[in-house]
Amino acid sequence: MTRRMPLYVVAIAALCAFSGLFISPAGEPEAVSRFGRLPVLSEGRFKPLDTLARSTLLVIQGRQMVLTPERVELTPDQWLLDVLFSSEKADSYNVFVIDNPDLQTLIGQTDDTISIHYPKKSEQVMALVGFLPSRRRRFSFNEIAPHIQEIEAQEKLAEPVEAQNRNHFQSSVVQLYGNLSHYLRLRRAILPDGSKDFLGELLKLQENLVDGVEAVRAKEDGKPHDEAKAAAMLAEGQKFVAMSENTDLLAIPPDEGDDPNAWHNAGTALLETFGKGEVNPAVLAYSGMAYAWQGKDTERFGHIVGLYESSLRKHFPNQVRKARMETLFNVAQPFYAGMWMYLGAFFFAALSWIKWTEPARRSAFGLVALGWVVATLGIATRMWLEGRPPVTNLYSSAIFIGWGSVGLCLILEAVYKNAIGTAAAGMIGFATLIIAQHLALAGDTLEMMRAVLDSNFWLGTHVVVVTIGYASTFLAGVLAVIYILRGIFTTTLDKATADALARMVYGIVCFATLFSFVGTTLGGIWADQSWGRFWGWDPKENGALIIVVWNALILHARWAGLVKQRGLMCLAVFGNIVTSWSWFGTNMLGIGLHSYGFTDAAFWWLTAFVLSQIALIAIANLPLEKWRSFRA
Amino acid sequence: MNDTLKQARSLFVSLRLTVVLLALSIVLIFWATLDQVNLGVWAVQHKFFHSFFVTAKIGGVAFPVFPGGYLIGGLLLVNLVAGHLYRFKMGWRKAGIWIAHLGLILLLVGELVSGLMQKDYQMRIDEGETKNYAESSRQNEFAIINATDPNLDEVTAIPESLLSRGTVVQNPSLPFRVVPKAYYPNSTLQMRSQVPNAPPSLATSGMGPMLAVTPLEVTYKEDERNVPAAFVELVGPDGTLGTWVVSPLLGNPQKFDFAGKTWKLVMRPKRIYEPYSLTLEKFSHDLYPGTDIPKNFSSRIRINPADGSPSRDVLIYMNNPLRYAGLTYYQQSFDNNDHTTILEVVRNPSWLAPYIACGAITLGLVIQFLIHLWGFARRRAV
Repeated sequence: MTRRMPLYVVAIAALCAFSGLFISPAGEPEAVSRFGRLPVLSEGRFKPLDTLARSTLLVIQGRQMVLTPERVELTPDQWLLDVLFSSEKADSYNVFVIDNPDLQTLIGQTDDTISIHYPKKSEQVMALVGFLPSRRRRFSFNEIAPHIQEIEAQEKLAEPVEAQNRNHFQSSVVQLYGNLSHYLRLRRAILPDGSKDFLGELLKLQENLVDGVEAVRAKEDGKPHDEAKAAAMLAEGQKFVAMSENTDLLAIPPDEGDDPNAWHNAGTALLETFGKGEVNPAVLAYSGMAYAWQGKDTERFGHIVGLYESSLRKHFPNQVRKARMETLFNVAQPFYAGMWMYLGAFFFAALSWIKWTEPARRSAFGLVALGWVVATLGIATRMWLEGRPPVTNLYSSAIFIGWGSVGLCLILEAVYKNAIGTAAAGMIGFATLIIAQHLALAGDTLEMMRAVLDSNFWLGTHVVVVTIGYASTFLAGVLAVIYILRGIFTTTLDKATADALARMVYGIVCFATLFSFVGTTLGGIWADQSWGRFWGWDPKENGALIIVVWNALILHARWAGLVKQRGLMCLAVFGNIVTSWSWFGTNMLGIGLHSYGFTDAAFWWLTAFVLSQIALIAIANLPLEKWRSFRA
Repeated sequence: MNDTLKQARSLFVSLRLTVVLLALSIVLIFWATLDQVNLGVWAVQHKFFHSFFVTAKIGGVAFPVFPGGYLIGGLLLVNLVAGHLYRFKMGWRKAGIWIAHLGLILLLVGELVSGLMQKDYQMRIDEGETKNYAESSRQNEFAIINATDPNLDEVTAIPESLLSRGTVVQNPSLPFRVVPKAYYPNSTLQMRSQVPNAPPSLATSGMGPMLAVTPLEVTYKEDERNVPAAFVELVGPDGTLGTWVVSPLLGNPQKFDFAGKTWKLVMRPKRIYEPYSLTLEKFSHDLYPGTDIPKNFSSRIRINPADGSPSRDVLIYMNNPLRYAGLTYYQQSFDNNDHTTILEVVRNPSWLAPYIACGAITLGLVIQFLIHLWGFARRRAV
């Protein structure tokens, strides 16, 4: 039984990971999934509506699932359909996160209205210990709407304050205001505000178009005309102008022969009706979908989506294919699956030091390998979708640091076969993917690159190499953490294991020195190419330089005999602090050319991490007779 | 060799010193990074890196509190060279270390040279305009222009530093002495009518009597500029000609006639003139469709060489600067509704040093890494 353990473990993990690809999400009809795969142009890139729905939900409410007032779970696609086509329903969903108490008061909530009262005793207990939420965090547009003027006024006061100087209320109100306008722009993307039967309206417009345009022309020339027809036509025109100004979603493809990137929003496309003499067919298709969705006619809805998709496929085969692939990627969630595999691997590796040494070790190795393959596929898909090297923002740096460290760990484990590589892989892989999950809350993770970063050569060299430098410095630190924890709290760190760990840490520090140095100087050369100086003492540059110098310091301290095994471990643990400072800390200063990912919550996590590492260094300096492993 | 010398030698060649210096440099860099929030990156470079000691003001007196960049870098250099000379042994095992450290020496020296010699200027060109000078983004000059000949301006430029020290300037091209009366490194100008309780002005001529000059705190923020102002008295052989206020805020030069010539006074960003000129043909600012996210900035520039050889067109864009006549032109910014380009102009004679140094260090580290790996693999194979 135990001999086959690795096989079973890996097979079960693989089954869990890949099943999502073949079973459609619970309760989502095929027609809705097909709608989610339609490509649109948003925030500068082509993406499926599914991605738009998911990233919007992550930004405004911090999760992808939506709960209706009737406590029905909606998929992101279903939510987006309601926002676009049945806004009176969508307005009642609790999707706006408001955590700041002052802001909750501003929208008229009190302690009484916010506390959740559970009828069952068991649920009350669960709420008390924190397994169930005891207070509401999410509010609906309908609840917020009566207070929108006050929110706007407070936002106007807070907005001029620089982001890093805002207090919690100020940043919350700026964020809420942004979320509300994001939501409204989406709500007005296809249908005009307050329209009951837009399809009927457009069909009527089509019918009266020739007469109406004639009437307007005659009116402008001061000739006799049908006033009612001219007025109706002008009213439509004004409505379309308002529509074109109220959204930034470019859902309507250009005509054949036009610039294939010049997509329009619905309002702009409709304004062309008067010149062309016909209503844009894509807008008609979307209005038809709206009509069917409002009437809950799933069959007709699916039919219209299918027709529209096949006409798109004819003219935009690439965009349709990429959108399909991206939707598949969204559903598969490879990094989420990888995260749990890494966690499992860590437990099996730790288990192998206590019991079932060989089977548990091999299970852990299998899980790490599987997780790494899944992550590799995920990274490759992102690269193909984006047409970019793997690291383009903070989110992808987290994923890539994890990927690089785990890759090195696999090599270490293949050489040493003592489960230390897999334990380290489990820790780093899990931690970096958790960090990535949180960074994804900032919105679309495949966002476009700003002008100065728009260079695949430098993104592919400097950024990738320096990220591998980060990854290996973290790896050395995590190996040292394993040394300290095993040595102090368990009896499993024998002489051979301790020596092996010391060799691993030394080797990885050498590797880290090479990569962090080369990566940093490549950055200097990029800076010389684009800003005219090799080195500018920018916070991020300084952070990377400190990593290089710290690694060099570890090597020189060892060569000078200033540190032995335990000292080496303490220095390597401090490397974790140095690297996390460069990775996140420098962005929190809010200055410099690289300050692209400021987050408030991250500050407290970073502080906690730094304190934990200092605590580890402190206990590592306990006298050896207090170490359980060395107390012989 | 006596004991003191021996001790000094063993200190300078020791790896312990290396470790201590590396640790000090980490503290220095970290401290400097944090201080950028208050001081901005330029002031930080002078305070921490281009100095022998970091000083702190205690009761108005500057005390050295920490070794600065020059001291740590210099000692590292000494330590590195001394260590290698002392422990010199021929052999392949250390080849990588040798190459890497040689590269490091080049890198440190190169950065020192560029810290001392690098000059940054800006060049603003409107579409269709031709310019033969660049302007400093931080320093200003007080220019006295002899504009008698409508086709030729004869310029006498007095650097800001002389004004700030109150140095009296007498120059053969000027028929008067220039006497700085007051100087403010940062200031704002307002119409006197708007500031009812302003102190009486020192100025007697030009725009000065109508204006109120209010000194401001010197700013180090990256997105703000210091706007200096000065009161300058011109004294001819027969006595004073008047006192003018000058500031870059005034824009147009102030004119007056003296000794049969027409003179213009202006305080403006310090200029460097080049023998050739550049014409901006077109500036482009591309966005990603449907957004305000910039995709690219580019300037199509025509170079008009000094020797009259035919002009040629080049395109300057992100990550693709123009290197010409010892200067490098980078696309830095834009203005005026995308009709004006702002180029960063850098003169850095040692720009090549980091490229060579980094190549050498990388090569050295790779060699050393491979030697280790080879040894490790052989030991395991046995």
